[in-house]
Amino acid sequence: MGRTLSEKVWDEHVVRSAEGEPDLLFIDLHLIHEVTSPQAFDGLRLAGRSVRRPDLTLATEDHNVPTLDWDKPIADPVSRTQVDTLRRNAAEFGIRSHPLGDVEQGIVHIIGPQLGLTQPGMTIVCGDSHTSTHGAFGAIAFGIGTSEVEHVLATQTLMQARPKTMAVTVNGTLPEGVTAKDLVLTLITQTGTGGGQGYIVEYRGPAIEALSMEGRMTVCNMSIEWGAKAGLIAPDQTTFDYIEGRPEAPKGADWDAAVEHWMSLTTDDDAVFDQEIVLDASTMTPFVTWGTNPGQGVQLGGVVPDPADFEDADDRIGAEKALEYMALEAGTPMREVRVDTVFVGSCTNGRIEDLRLAADIIKGRTVDKDTRLLVVPGSVRVRMQAEDEGLDVIFKEAGAEWRGAGCSMCLGMNPDQLTPGERSASTSNRNFEGRQGKGGRTHLVSVPVAAATAVRGTLSSPADLPALKEI
Amino acid sequence: MDKFTSHTGIGVPLRRSNVDTDQIIPAVYLKRVTRTGFEDGLFAAWRGDSSFVLNKPEYAAGSVLVAGPDFGTGSSREHAVWALQNYGFRAVISPRFADIFRGNSGKAGLVAAQVDEKVVQRLWDYLEATPGATVTVDLESRTVKAGEGPDAIEDSFDIDDYTRWRLLEGLDDVGITLSHEDDIAEFEKSRPSWKPVTIH
Ligand code: SF4
Repeated sequence: MGRTLSEKVWDEHVVRSAEGEPDLLFIDLHLIHEVTSPQAFDGLRLAGRSVRRPDLTLATEDHNVPTLDWDKPIADPVSRTQVDTLRRNAAEFGIRSHPLGDVEQGIVHIIGPQLGLTQPGMTIVCGDSHTSTHGAFGAIAFGIGTSEVEHVLATQTLMQARPKTMAVTVNGTLPEGVTAKDLVLTLITQTGTGGGQGYIVEYRGPAIEALSMEGRMTVCNMSIEWGAKAGLIAPDQTTFDYIEGRPEAPKGADWDAAVEHWMSLTTDDDAVFDQEIVLDASTMTPFVTWGTNPGQGVQLGGVVPDPADFEDADDRIGAEKALEYMALEAGTPMREVRVDTVFVGSCTNGRIEDLRLAADIIKGRTVDKDTRLLVVPGSVRVRMQAEDEGLDVIFKEAGAEWRGAGCSMCLGMNPDQLTPGERSASTSNRNFEGRQGKGGRTHLVSVPVAAATAVRGTLSSPADLPALKEI
Repeated sequence: MDKFTSHTGIGVPLRRSNVDTDQIIPAVYLKRVTRTGFEDGLFAAWRGDSSFVLNKPEYAAGSVLVAGPDFGTGSSREHAVWALQNYGFRAVISPRFADIFRGNSGKAGLVAAQVDEKVVQRLWDYLEATPGATVTVDLESRTVKAGEGPDAIEDSFDIDDYTRWRLLEGLDDVGITLSHEDDIAEFEKSRPSWKPVTIH
C-alpha cells in the first residue's frame, strides 16, 4: 500500500523503533527562543551534558523584544533576564544566535524559511506551538515542551508516538480578495478547535496548490488552532522557487540532489488517510472571529450569532461567555463592530507579502481617526525589504505606526498590549481572553480585512472602501 | 538523574487533600530561568502561617512528604516537582496523585509513592506524635516503613514498573535515549550532505 507524505517523512527519520515504545525520531532543525529554553539549558548543565548538534540548532529573540527603542536595554526586568539568559546559553553551548539588533533577528517561524533553513522533508521542532508553520514546505514541524527541548538539545532526537493522518482537500479557487487566512479560519469554524486532535494534517487540492508560500505558511501556522499535531503541504515548484538562492539553501549539485528527493515527497495515489475533509474554496468569503477561540468565527457579511441557536450545550455556554467577554450583542452585523486597534503582524501574517497587501489597500487612504494601526514586520529582513519598497512611507503617511520586528501584540509579552476593554482586529492566530493584553478583545482577521478596518474603523473588507479619486 | 533505591528521611505530615500545583508553587514564582531555586515558592501561601508544618523546626529538614489524596492536581507546571526537590524532598506519599504530577515526578526523579489511605492516616498520627521521626521509602521492595516495635508501620506502595525501573537505574528520558547513542550516530552517518546546517 502507498504511503502519505507525512508517513514518508516520518519513516525517513526513525532512528529506532521497538514494539510498544514510541519511535525515536531524528530532528533536522531545532529552533529556540528566549521563553521556553532557559530550564532546558539549566537541565543540561545540572546533568553535565552538552548540545549534541549545535550545527542543527538556531536561536533568536522574538517573544519579549520591544518593537520601539530596540537599541536600548529592555525595560522590563523579566523580559531582559530571559533574553540575557538565552544569549549566555547560546554562547556557552556554541549555538548560532540572532539577537535583537542582528539583521537576521525575527519571529522564529519567519526566519527559518527566510534563511532557507526550512526545507521539504525535514523534521523541525521548537518550544513553540506555531512551529507547524514550517509544514508549508512539506516538513513535519511541531511544537514541544521544555523537557523535550532539553531532550532534543542533548540527543537531537525525540520520542514520539506516530500520529494519525488526515487529508484536508480544498477544491475550487478562492474568490478575489479572499485569502489563505479566510480559508483556515473557515476550516477551524467548521471543524471546531479540537477537530485535528491527534492528527498530522496534509492540506491539498487545487486551492492549496494555488497559494503562495506565504499563504501556505498562514494555513499551516493555524493547524494548531484546530488541534492538529502538525500540518503540511506537499512541496512543488512554488516551494522550490521560494527556497532557491536563499542563504542556507543547497547549491550546485547539492541543489539538484535535493530537488530530486523533494519531488518524491508526495502522497502516493493508493495511500489511505485515517480521516478526510473536503472543502470548496469558491464559496469562501472574508472571515472574522466574534468569540474567544479561533473556532468562533463567521463570514464578515454575517452577524454576531445568537447563543440560543447552538444545539450543543457546551457550545451554547461557550458562546454566551464569549459574547459577554467580547461585549457583543447577538444579531449585530459584524461590519458594524467598531475597532480601536488594528494589528498587522505575527508569524501568521507578518511576512513581506502580507505587508505589501496591506500597503496596497492603505495607499492613498488614511487610518480612521479613532483607530490605531500597528504594523509589525515579522523579521528585520521583512522590515528592510518593506522599507526598500517604500511600504513604511505608505503606512506612516496613512497614520499607522511602523515598528521593529517581533511577536509584539500577538501575545503582548512586550509593551505592545491592548488595554482592558480595548477591541482589536488582528492578523495573528489567537483570540483567547487576555491574549493581547488583560481584558483586550480580539477579532482574528485576514490582512485585507485588517487594512480596510483600519481605514473605516469598523470591521470591513476592501470592497467596503470608497474608490480612490484619480489624481 | 541520581539512582533511587531506598531513602530514609524526616517525615512531614501534610494533613491536607487536593493540594493543587498552585498551592505547591504559585504562578508568581515561575519566572525564574533556572531549574533550581524554586524552594522559595514552595507552599508559599502557607509559609507565612507559623503553625504550618514546615515552619516547625522539627520538620524543617523533612525529605519525605506525607499528603492527603489528590496531590498535585491543576496546572501541568513542571515547577511543582522542581520546588519540592529544590526544598529537599525525595519522595511524596499520598493515596492518590494527579496524572501529570505523577508523570512529571517520574521524569525528574521524585518518587511519588501511592499508598492506602489508612497508611497515610497512621503515618500522620505517628509523625505528629513523634516530630522529627523518619520514614523510609524503599523502591526496591516498594515499601514504606516508619516507627519500631509492635506499632511499626510497614506497607507496600504502588508505582508503575517503567518509572520504578528508570528511578532505580537513575535514568531520565535523556539518559535512556543516550543509551541508544550508537543508533543515533549510525543514523547521522546516513543523512544526505545537502541537508542544511546552521553552522558551517
Ligand atoms: S507571533 Fe505570536 S504565535 Fe507566532 S511565535 Fe510569536 S507569539 Fe507565538
